[in-house]
Amino acid sequence: MLKKYDVAAKYRGANTWSSALIRAVITGTLVLILTAMLARSEPVTIKIGYIGAAERKTAISLVDLPPDNDGVAGVRLALDDNNTTGKFLNQQFSLEEMRVKNGTDPTNMVLQLADHGISFFIVDLPAEMLLKAAEAGRQRDLVFFNVGAIDDRLREENCRANVIHTAPTRSMLADGLAQYLVFKRWQQWLLVVGSHEADKLFADALRRAARRFGAKIVQQRVFEDTGGARRTDSGLVQIQRQIPLFTQGAPAHDVLVAADESEVFASYLPYRTRDPRPVAGSAGLIPKSWDAAHDQWGANQLQNRFMQLFSRRMTALDMQAWSAARMIGEAAARVASSDPQMIFTYLKGPEFALAAFKGQKLTLRDWNLQLRQPILLADGRTIVSVSPQEGFLHQFSELDTLGIDRPETKCLLK
Amino acid sequence: MWRYIILLWICLPVVLASEAKAYKAYVSNEKSNTISVIDTTERKVVGTIKVGQRPRGIALTKDQKYVLVAVGDDDTIQMIDTAAHKIVDTLPSGPDPELFTDDPSGRILYVANENDNTVTIIDIERRARIGDVEVGVEPEGMGLSPDGKILVNTSETTNMAHFIDTATRQIVANILVDARPRFAQFKDDGSELWVSSEIGGTVSIIDPIKHLVKHKINFTVPGMRQEAIQPVGIAITHDGKTGFVALGPANRIAVIDATTHQVQKFLLVGQRVWHMAFTPDEKYLLTTNGVSNDVSVIDVSALKVIDTIQVGELPWGIAISQR
Repeated sequence: MLKKYDVAAKYRGANTWSSALIRAVITGTLVLILTAMLARSEPVTIKIGYIGAAERKTAISLVDLPPDNDGVAGVRLALDDNNTTGKFLNQQFSLEEMRVKNGTDPTNMVLQLADHGISFFIVDLPAEMLLKAAEAGRQRDLVFFNVGAIDDRLREENCRANVIHTAPTRSMLADGLAQYLVFKRWQQWLLVVGSHEADKLFADALRRAARRFGAKIVQQRVFEDTGGARRTDSGLVQIQRQIPLFTQGAPAHDVLVAADESEVFASYLPYRTRDPRPVAGSAGLIPKSWDAAHDQWGANQLQNRFMQLFSRRMTALDMQAWSAARMIGEAAARVASSDPQMIFTYLKGPEFALAAFKGQKLTLRDWNLQLRQPILLADGRTIVSVSPQEGFLHQFSELDTLGIDRPETKCLLK
Repeated sequence: MWRYIILLWICLPVVLASEAKAYKAYVSNEKSNTISVIDTTERKVVGTIKVGQRPRGIALTKDQKYVLVAVGDDDTIQMIDTAAHKIVDTLPSGPDPELFTDDPSGRILYVANENDNTVTIIDIERRARIGDVEVGVEPEGMGLSPDGKILVNTSETTNMAHFIDTATRQIVANILVDARPRFAQFKDDGSELWVSSEIGGTVSIIDPIKHLVKHKINFTVPGMRQEAIQPVGIAITHDGKTGFVALGPANRIAVIDATTHQVQKFLLVGQRVWHMAFTPDEKYLLTTNGVSNDVSVIDVSALKVIDTIQVGELPWGIAISQR
């Protein structure tokens, strides 16, 4: 526009130079003002990256097989929620999704997404891969949300200053379950542990919980994974005979607690044990961050929105991912900025609180950036209870009766 | 003869007084799917009306002919005839209506629909939906300025109070408040808007002209964990001097000096207290206590809980007749 005026002025000759100059200056100013106005009405975009595992986890029951978009669907719903809010604040949220093969290094993927202007990464990867991703992002001030890995060590000896955890830890899950079993006075546990590493870690957390809350493990048995298919045509006949054999001759117990994250045997336990006892842990009464049946505290609305978008029920991983994306949206709204460091600082500060349909605000443990949260106890049909249970007191937050607390932490954020 | 006249003069004030106080309180029982009708003088349940599924928001029409109740799981608002205590009609809200408010003329109803991010505008007489306004995620609280010009809706997940011009039906301001805002209440003189944040644990005092949060009320109950303090219902006296805030699972009503915004006192009521309503003479304030299935009666001048009335399961909303 400015150029056009210059040309017109030249054409008309030198005597009109001064007036043309004035007009040019006025027009230039107008253009500048207009640009500034346009820039203000142009929404600010906050870009989020999602890195998930390429492989699908397996499960004993068809009902428990994770959907292909498990996790990332939660992010998408949260972005819808953020964008509805963003409409009023001139903020926009976008998502780029990438998948990485198990055991490979995600460093390049992180850097590639960072080159696209992404500063926030929602990550559903095993512990080792998550640590590599976090390392890759250190130089560039990238912020990571661990939504999938429940390993305590990621919040303890291997904690990182640029990783927020929305997934609960094994110890939080075990403590949530133990509090309820103790409330029920089912204090004599028969512990059955799978033969994989993750199963052993969950068993450690259960043993710690039993010690903390006054339950007794009367005996521990290991269920060896001897391989074999989970889906066979006549499997049921054998399982009906095998499980009573495996559980017979145990000392008197109130409840059978199973640690089977690898989905090898736990789902076969209920109704098949030698003694008629309830099952908890990896089957039966399961501690988790979210469940398809949860409808309290306004959760019904979130479940409805999720169902409308994806025609399926919302899983715990979906919820952990939703929480991460909502945290970014909530902080961006509060600081009225898309600046990643301002958003990250707000999340770590005392003002931050997330409303996540669990009956109370969720906040971050400042010593290891773990999201405090109630633990649901679900039986697959309904929510049986929500921990912390009444009477388990804490001087700061009752949510800190779940998991490793500040005085015991090994985390030094760096 | 004189004896009778004297007797009449003695009795008359008693008769008048008891008649003037015979208000009816209507309590929506979220789980029972009923409305409990309470005689506020006798402090007794005198009737129970069966309604649709999950009744929550409840109010009387300005002419006192109908009790309106939002039955969220049936996606509608039912109209109960106050004389016959029967459902006579429905109003076309959007999906999952929760709270609503009517305009000063009593002809227009503004409804928050939790499930589709809209506020629905209904012509009560024609029973017709005449407009929608798009707001934030999970609209809930509804407050109307005393002159009827500004409608305020709070959205629970967006965490805002949306100011809507009722003439143009356009949003004129969005004010961020603390997490999960549930209720909006103007002072009678329109000078302040109070918004409660259930998860944030605060009440924001908003200047409705400047569109600014000018003060935030925090609550500290000795010996109670901070997460249990979850403000929901708000009631402010007509003179604008005293405010009452229901604190949910903290099982208390906070009494606020509405001029200085300082918490004066906590009144212990039933469990998970939701909402409140004054009797028209403002002598009593009735609260719905969700988990303990009862209604507490507060003597407003003495600031004391004087009675408890058993109602249906999970009482939520309450409305009291004006005559």
